[in-house]
Amino acid sequence: MEDHATTLAEAAEPRAPETAAAQRRHRQRLKTVRAVALGAGFPILLVLIWDRTVALSGTRLIPSPYQVAVMMYDFAFGGVYDDAFSGTILTHIWKSMQRVYGGFFLAAVTAIPLGMMIGRIRILRQLLDPTISLLRPIPVTAWLPLSMIFFGLGPNAAIFLVFLGAFYPILLNTMFGVRSIDPRLFEAAAMLGCSDAGMFRQIVLPASLPAVFSGLRIANGFAWILIVVGEMTGVPTGLGSVVMDGRTLSRTDLVITGMIVIGTCGFVTDRIIVAISNRLLSWSPQHHE
Amino acid sequence: MSNEARPTSLTVRGVTKRFAVGNDEVEALAPVDLAIPQGEFVCLIGASGCGKSTLLRIIAGFEEPTTGEASIGGKAITGPGRDRGMVFQDYVLFPWMTVRENISFGPRQRQLPKGEIEGIADEFIKMVGLERFADRYPSQLSGGMKQRVAIARVLANDASILLMDEPFGALDALTREQLQNELMQIWSRTGVTAIFVTHSVEEAVLLADRVLVMTAGPGRIESDFRIKLARPRDVSSPEFNELRRDIARRLTSHLAPARA
Repeated sequence: MEDHATTLAEAAEPRAPETAAAQRRHRQRLKTVRAVALGAGFPILLVLIWDRTVALSGTRLIPSPYQVAVMMYDFAFGGVYDDAFSGTILTHIWKSMQRVYGGFFLAAVTAIPLGMMIGRIRILRQLLDPTISLLRPIPVTAWLPLSMIFFGLGPNAAIFLVFLGAFYPILLNTMFGVRSIDPRLFEAAAMLGCSDAGMFRQIVLPASLPAVFSGLRIANGFAWILIVVGEMTGVPTGLGSVVMDGRTLSRTDLVITGMIVIGTCGFVTDRIIVAISNRLLSWSPQHHE
Repeated sequence: MSNEARPTSLTVRGVTKRFAVGNDEVEALAPVDLAIPQGEFVCLIGASGCGKSTLLRIIAGFEEPTTGEASIGGKAITGPGRDRGMVFQDYVLFPWMTVRENISFGPRQRQLPKGEIEGIADEFIKMVGLERFADRYPSQLSGGMKQRVAIARVLANDASILLMDEPFGALDALTREQLQNELMQIWSRTGVTAIFVTHSVEEAVLLADRVLVMTAGPGRIESDFRIKLARPRDVSSPEFNELRRDIARRLTSHLAPARA
């Protein structure tokens, strides 16, 4: 079946394919360099402004970028101050990761199926939607006293708080994703013999995946935001506890170091989620970054 | 291929449909009666809102008639089933599945052995000429290719009735013509019953054994033309154009007062 009308441009024979491809690659690389330069340039500018402001105002309350860099080095490798924080970065990151992803995965495995069922089953929606809308505006910090009563002092309270913070964005995005599936996809599946039970795995899950991933990204951000709150509950290790200790000890360089590490962790994990999402959603050009 | 010899596959008896629109009720279909033998190619034609899509959706089992019954081989239609497949105007392919996965969706639901599923997929990918595009996603295909996948998806599922709701309406003229030809070949090769909704008189006369003209307010079948021209049909022949004029007159004679 030869058809000229519907053949994609790409399928047409390319002229001098190597030069064209090389040019395209070259242009692509220039674009990437530009994007990285722009993305990294702005933080560098901020650090410069920070440095100048501290120097010009002569404040002793805020350390200079250099002092923070020294603290960061000591935190990572030790050998400068040789105190309780020297060379402990990996321990703290590891502990925080456990709590962040303990809470995050707990939220994902409960919120995704629940969101799909609420989105799909009207009676569940009527049963649960008002309660969810009631609980959702309560700030996670307000749960702090109760979570300490439930779970005592320790990592479980932190995991619970992260879970709460991550739960709602995943739930709401999943519900929204399911509700916005084109109903004719269900018609098409039904006419092809798909059973009601098969719909969840074969239609609801893949069709709502883009929305689920936006929920996971937002939740990942919240999870890292909440780690400081979560680790206020009296745990000895973790990035949040480092920040809290820095505050207690009036060591602002330590506070800022902790902030930077938390931010970096959030950034790196977000890129990982985006990479997974790009992989799974390669079928959907508008969800590809 | 005489119609009389073939068993009636589809019967529509006294089917009506009312929709609630706000506090009002709209009568979309007046009692419709219809019998279509197996293997016939029927075009439903009429102005927007004449209920032709509603009738198609009732046959598909996507909607229930308010009164009356549609049945296949004596068995009432109670919901969507794999004996009937719909081809939508805007394709409604599963966007997260490749061409191959879309086409093998039906066979996969039947839990056939893996080799058999692949065999069916290969056969129908070949039938619509998309061998080179089997691993593409719908977003990477042109409109004509997507509609070929939609047709193959239904046929791969062994449907005996192919329901098509303005399937070529969104395509450019050249692609449309090509798909019309391909559809004719596929139809004559597979022997499926085709019910094809269209706005175009020319398309109806080109494709159909039988053209049903529907009129609105409420929707009903106004006239039933048999097209006995030999295939492939010549759109420039006097016979073709005479039929086209007759049908167009039927369409507009009821349209004009309604629009006035």
